[in-house]
Amino acid sequence: MILGSINPAVLIAALMVAATPILLAAIGELVVEKAGVLNLGVEGMMIMGACLGFIVAVNTGSPVLGFIGAALGGMALSLLFALLTQALMTNQVASGLALTLFGLGLTALLGQQYVGVTPPRTPRLDLGPLSDIPFLGRAFFSHDIVIYLTIALVAAVWWFLKYSRAGMILRAVGENHDAAHALGYHVKRVRTFAIMFGGACAGLGGAYLSLIRVPQWTEGMTVGAGWIALALVVFASWRPWRAMAGAYLFGGVVVLQLNLQAAGVRIPVEYLSMSPYLITIAVLVFISSGKARASSNAPGSLNRPFHASN
Amino acid sequence: MRQPLLRLEGLTKAYPGVLANDDISFQIGTGQIHALLGENGAGKSTLVKMIFGLVAPDKGQMILRDQPYAPAQPSEARQNGVAMVFQHFSLFDALDVAENVALGMENPPPLRDLAKRIRDVSEEYGLPLDPGRLVGELSAGERQRVEIVRCLLQDPKLLIMDEPTSVLTPQEVEILFRTLRQLSAEGTAILYISHKLEEIRALCDEATILRGGRKVATCDPSEKSARDLAELMVGQVLTPPERPAKPKGEVLLSVENLSLKSNNPFGTSLKEISFQLHAGEVLGIAGVAGNGQDELLLMLSGEIPSPAAQVTLKGQPIGQLGPNARRVRGLVTAPEERLGHAAAPDMSLTANALLSGAKRKTLVQNGFIDWKKTEAFAQSVIRKFDVRTPGSHVLARALSGGNLQKFVIGREIELAPDVIVVNQPTWGVDASAASFIRQALLDLANAGAGVLVISQDLDELIEIADSFAALNEGRLTAVRPAKGLTVEAIGLMMGGAGDMQPAHEAAE
Repeated sequence: MILGSINPAVLIAALMVAATPILLAAIGELVVEKAGVLNLGVEGMMIMGACLGFIVAVNTGSPVLGFIGAALGGMALSLLFALLTQALMTNQVASGLALTLFGLGLTALLGQQYVGVTPPRTPRLDLGPLSDIPFLGRAFFSHDIVIYLTIALVAAVWWFLKYSRAGMILRAVGENHDAAHALGYHVKRVRTFAIMFGGACAGLGGAYLSLIRVPQWTEGMTVGAGWIALALVVFASWRPWRAMAGAYLFGGVVVLQLNLQAAGVRIPVEYLSMSPYLITIAVLVFISSGKARASSNAPGSLNRPFHASN
Repeated sequence: MRQPLLRLEGLTKAYPGVLANDDISFQIGTGQIHALLGENGAGKSTLVKMIFGLVAPDKGQMILRDQPYAPAQPSEARQNGVAMVFQHFSLFDALDVAENVALGMENPPPLRDLAKRIRDVSEEYGLPLDPGRLVGELSAGERQRVEIVRCLLQDPKLLIMDEPTSVLTPQEVEILFRTLRQLSAEGTAILYISHKLEEIRALCDEATILRGGRKVATCDPSEKSARDLAELMVGQVLTPPERPAKPKGEVLLSVENLSLKSNNPFGTSLKEISFQLHAGEVLGIAGVAGNGQDELLLMLSGEIPSPAAQVTLKGQPIGQLGPNARRVRGLVTAPEERLGHAAAPDMSLTANALLSGAKRKTLVQNGFIDWKKTEAFAQSVIRKFDVRTPGSHVLARALSGGNLQKFVIGREIELAPDVIVVNQPTWGVDASAASFIRQALLDLANAGAGVLVISQDLDELIEIADSFAALNEGRLTAVRPAKGLTVEAIGLMMGGAGDMQPAHEAAE
């Protein structure tokens, strides 16, 4: 039996690692879209984070500084997007696409001397006896700290959007920016902060790829992870926990198909490689279909430029 | 004389090309219900935006309780006890009632306490509300209650209400007035903006009338007739449309027992709709917004297909036909939303004329557009329907609401249809353009076409309709002759306020 050669505990552990970059980018983009902005530059901000995080970590020898650098890099790129779309009122879709192309090109330039370099290792978080529990310890309790922080971030975003006043204002801005403006909220300010948060998250996601998952720098190494994150947000109906479930599902299928390839299953490799994308989207479409409920809808002002008329 | 609460002195505000407010002065007393009366574009909205801190005046000053008052933003106005209920509700569909209320408050309590206060206040003023419901699921009347309760929770000294009754049934209006009188008795001043004269005469202590950005008069509305007020407001004498009596012709359009799911999650599905429209008849369909008007129009225009045999035009099944095929057969429609549905905002009037006239006027031949003919068609609409525009090359977006509406309705009438369906033909249109449009629809009916008017303006329907039905939660009442129907009877047909108390009990 071929599947017998796959160790479930290792599989789960690998799944969490594979899912984390996408989850980070998706949770950031979720907040951005909840504020009514569609930033298609996720891929560009991710690769920016991957590249800058790598450069900083290699030069300082500290993965923590690397991650901070990645967040700042993603944020810097997102600020460019905020400037274009919020201040100069450019089209969000076009600006986002440009951001992606810009990020890919710029990082190819910046990272030239870093191809083939090995980054400093990010240590595993020592959870003491927890890591020694059979099966569970291997699957859940022997990871680096970023994975746990990411889950905490999902919880924080969920709490922020559902219970905090600032989160309520953010949702209000995304739902109906004219009404929010009429009530005296600063639509552009809220959106700019959301865009910056999204950029930082995407940058962290990219750094997770280059510093932990791969870990190496290669040009264009995000290979579409940003796009999957964007799709996740939509099919997760803009709900944090559902986005996490989608990311883990995606990670799971990625890892499983890699294992199946290694085990020599007689399915053409091409089909296996495309399966994570197909399965994740199919499942999320299935979950979000059939419910014409308000709460599963896109934010009302998504991708609509806001201009205070008078 | 009441103690003055807010005094406006020489307020002036100019926008590029328009003087929106020109030297306006008046005062509002404590606990007074003060009407601000004027047509669209008279400057009412600009004036209240200045009072509410959304717009800064160019000149002049405001004095609130003997203190200079110049709010830089709405939160400052709220802190000074000025609250506002907006005309286009400033509500968030995907948020629940309590969250919507919290967003309009300066320092809202935790949501659980707020929910209790919403229940208390809404009951005290006879406006029951369930704090946990999503606003997108509420009726227009309930949505307005959310806005009012949001204001009341802040204990305002001055409550500004911008066209509050345009979306309410007559019974709901009664309830609103009771609430407003109660507030006034408790010392809250109300600035009541409207162009509905009878309402103002029934409710308000004093009225300030604006026309073209200037104050025309301040008077006691109960001492003036509605006609006097109208002439002050419009600045000219209005003639009501003529309607000679005539017998009904044969059945042109017939809908039988049609149920249709709405394609909008916040929409209302149509349920077992049946009616017949005869030649020469004006059928008015009343109803409060959101009771299926949009869906009814989409169903009749062909934008939502229905089972073929259930919609027939002159005996032919047309249920499965799209809008263009229906146009060819003689059924034309003019939807409510002018910019984006009835007309393409960024295209010229000529292009917009082409969009609906292509087939019936054969403006397209062998796949090529005959621009000369199209231009002539657009010009004739502009001429016959008195559309004020520099020419047919102007973008639809650049026209004022009334002019664009005249163009959109005129364009359909010029197609010489057998049946025309219009939704809210005079919404947001000034009084003279409105009476012009009504007359044009009546003329079309007199010429033997069937006219179906969906409207929320009861006065309009009473003025032009021969027969009458009402939409209520997607159901259509039986069609009744309009003659002898009272406003109360119509209110009951519309579902009235019958739901006010039961809705509240059901919520508990």
